[in-house]
Amino acid sequence: MIHIVQNIIAIFFILAGLFFFTTSIIGLIRFPDFYCRMHATGKGDTLGTILLFAGFIVYEGVTLTSLKLLLIPVFIFLASPTVTHSIGKAAVNCCAKGWEKEKSKEEGASA
Amino acid sequence: MREFYIWVSVFLCVLTLLNLYRAIYGPDTLTRIIAINAIGTKTVMILILIGLIYERLEMFIDIAIVYALLSFISTIIAAKYLERRKAIE
Repeated sequence: MIHIVQNIIAIFFILAGLFFFTTSIIGLIRFPDFYCRMHATGKGDTLGTILLFAGFIVYEGVTLTSLKLLLIPVFIFLASPTVTHSIGKAAVNCCAKGWEKEKSKEEGASA
Repeated sequence: MREFYIWVSVFLCVLTLLNLYRAIYGPDTLTRIIAINAIGTKTVMILILIGLIYERLEMFIDIAIVYALLSFISTIIAAKYLERRKAIE
């Protein structure tokens, strides 16, 4: 009986994690410029990872492997913001420009 | 439960393909680095799922930990190089 409840909770967590992975992918593809894309993937992947691993831990139960399973999301929770920060700093210093809305006719005419 | 894990890993592979599109098409190198970083975290997910499918989670967890570390460090180094390259140009 306990296995069924465990499986259901694990399935719920895994589906939630997949949802956030898909939103981060859609953000990566659809957003106009570099900063928006970085914004989407940096956050979407981290939350997706945490939810997915929560599902795996619930499925595994209380064992040594579930302790190790806990190690990866904690590491990714610390590492992913660092990576996004360093890439953002490199982009600001090096080459990426922000996205400006194209001037519509009236603004163009008046500007 | 095994079929569910198989379907989840197939779905993650499809997501990785979408990611690959941005990695190849990406206008400048920075979006490519971001796409590769996202593919890296997805690979960690797929590794754990394969471990769950084959019931050998102990082995695959260590591989996934090492892969997560490597993909994190490689992205940081790529960003550091890009910053320095601007100084060189």
